Amino acid sequence: MTAAVFFGCTFIAFGPAVSLFLFTIAREPLRVIFLIAGAFFWLVSLLLASLVWFISVQISNKESASQQKGLLIFGVVLSVLLQETFRFAYYKLLKKANEGLLALSQEETMPISIRQLAYVSGLGFGFMSGAFSVVNILADSVGPGTVGIHGDSQHYFLSSAFMTMAIILLHMFWGVIFFDGCEKQRWLAVAAVVASHLLVSSLTFQNPQYVSSLVPTYIVMFFMGIWAFYTAGGSLRNLKLCLTCKDKDFLLANHRPR
Amino acid sequence: MSVMSVSDSDEELYNERTALVPAQNPAVPSYRPDPELSPTEDSDSKTAGRSGGRAGPDPGAEPEDEEEEPLKYGAKHVIMLFVPVTLCMAVVVATIKSVSFYSEKTTQQLIYTPFSEDTPDVGRRLLHSVLNTAIMISVIVVMTILLVVLYKNRCYKFIHGWLILSSLMLLFWFSFMYLGEVFRTYNVAVDYPTVAMVIWNFGAVGMLCIHWKGPLQLQQAYLILISALMALVFIKYLPEWSTWVILGAISVYDLVAVLSPKGPLRMLVETAQERNEPIFPALIYSSAMIWTVMMANPVDGQRSETGSDEEAELNGGRAEPPSRRPRPVTEEELEEERGVKLGLGDFIFYSVLVGKAAATGGDWNTTLACFVAILIGLCLTLLLLAIFRKALPALPISIAFGLIFYFSTDFLVQPFMDNLANHQFYI
Repeated sequence: MTAAVFFGCTFIAFGPAVSLFLFTIAREPLRVIFLIAGAFFWLVSLLLASLVWFISVQISNKESASQQKGLLIFGVVLSVLLQETFRFAYYKLLKKANEGLLALSQEETMPISIRQLAYVSGLGFGFMSGAFSVVNILADSVGPGTVGIHGDSQHYFLSSAFMTMAIILLHMFWGVIFFDGCEKQRWLAVAAVVASHLLVSSLTFQNPQYVSSLVPTYIVMFFMGIWAFYTAGGSLRNLKLCLTCKDKDFLLANHRPR
Repeated sequence: MSVMSVSDSDEELYNERTALVPAQNPAVPSYRPDPELSPTEDSDSKTAGRSGGRAGPDPGAEPEDEEEEPLKYGAKHVIMLFVPVTLCMAVVVATIKSVSFYSEKTTQQLIYTPFSEDTPDVGRRLLHSVLNTAIMISVIVVMTILLVVLYKNRCYKFIHGWLILSSLMLLFWFSFMYLGEVFRTYNVAVDYPTVAMVIWNFGAVGMLCIHWKGPLQLQQAYLILISALMALVFIKYLPEWSTWVILGAISVYDLVAVLSPKGPLRMLVETAQERNEPIFPALIYSSAMIWTVMMANPVDGQRSETGSDEEAELNGGRAEPPSRRPRPVTEEELEEERGVKLGLGDFIFYSVLVGKAAATGGDWNTTLACFVAILIGLCLTLLLLAIFRKALPALPISIAFGLIFYFSTDFLVQPFMDNLANHQFYI
């Protein structure tokens, strides 16, 4: 394990997320605050899930490995459900806060739209989730050691990094779809988010068969990405305008000549 | 057992430094022949002296500013505080993780925590840590009251001398120690003359920036660095359990000292407000920007702004209408953009919490959790500041969140995440 592994895996795992942060969020104080608040909500959900898991482990049979594994799987499922619950709670909080702020300020428009909040909160969840999953692994990769010396997979670090990247992006997509579903009362979208989250987590139960866990995860991420793109108001026409730098609204908003 | 002497003034300063205050305009030495043209008069008169320890809304706000969107005002200033707090914590965590000196067990202890925690008996250890805390807190209380008494009796020279002595020690002695340990860690051989020159320059510029004048960002950087240095000293020399109990106790003390009517910090703030004076610059981190505004010609109303340091600049080359007699440079007025001030003690104790989380256990999840918890606590404190518009203690909410998340992450989340990582399950 070398610095190359460390830097490579760090950039794989956090590259897209950090660039999203730098280009779209870092300059707007309000978005940064809501990002960190989203991270905090994810943290609280993890805390609750760990508490339940910890209690269940204490009262279980610690010798039986299969029971422990079963409890772990139960912990994962519970954690996923709690995360989505807290995403909903965050949505409710944001709605209330926005109404309050609107009443407080004299302006007619909200300083930040619910779509931006969806994006930012999803990314906040993703950052925290990714960080908690992978930071310890990255820290270990700096030090000396041999990967898989006891017969485990050699691709531990790389697969962790790729999985983390997928999870962060997925959280962002889920955030967008979830909030939009709640806004428009489309509970099918909300259910689809929960279901796909459960699916992705369950796929990781097959690790270390990375092909069967990573590939479907990336397929799910791809589809969620497209769904989120359309939910956020994107379309093929928009995309074409954006890529050929002919989107007048965007250029005007950024004070750039065409 | 040898003792580590820490300047007394440092201890009490760390409580003075514990609070959030609104920005206030410094005393403006403006000469205004045409008072009605002065735009800063309003803010000057409304400027309340700020207290070293409160988070207060900006009392110098113009009426129309209060009608401005409060969230935008709040959000920008929250970020202006997030960044330095994050930087301070990052410096401390980076040092702790790389320079092993600061996380090594040591038999040396501060004289303020004389009871050692070497006993295997849990009850005795707890008792010792509580006693240590009691001693430390009483030292801090005594120093705070001493400072308030001195301030009330206008012994400014004494206080300034005290502050200068303590920043001297921080900037020269502690940073020399720090540099030495960093070189030792990376096995870099550096000769004494080079080190002397580096430390001399670092310290001298720091003293100038903090106690006299300097670019705002340099001053902010130095304040962050000395907070980080002090936090590292605390992390090294305070025994483990004592640290946690001290953190809890100092949050309670901060709450009491800032909010209760007879609290020393509140009295300090109110006295400073009555006298319309700024509180000592070495105790407070200010996020505001200072602009020099020059009235080129009061009748013209022509104004040129130079965003720069506080140094007033004489501008002799103004263009003037030929009909007018050239006047020597007239008034300069200082206008301060609204900002929030945070006491240095807050920086120090936040960094102590996160640094201790990084030092004990070696687990990054705990460190991250404490970091996010502290930032959220700071955000909530600033929200309360925007609502209540008076000085508030910045420690209680953040430290409470930090402690809760430290212990729960360390005991509950850590085993869960470790097990998940072993099987490579993702949640």
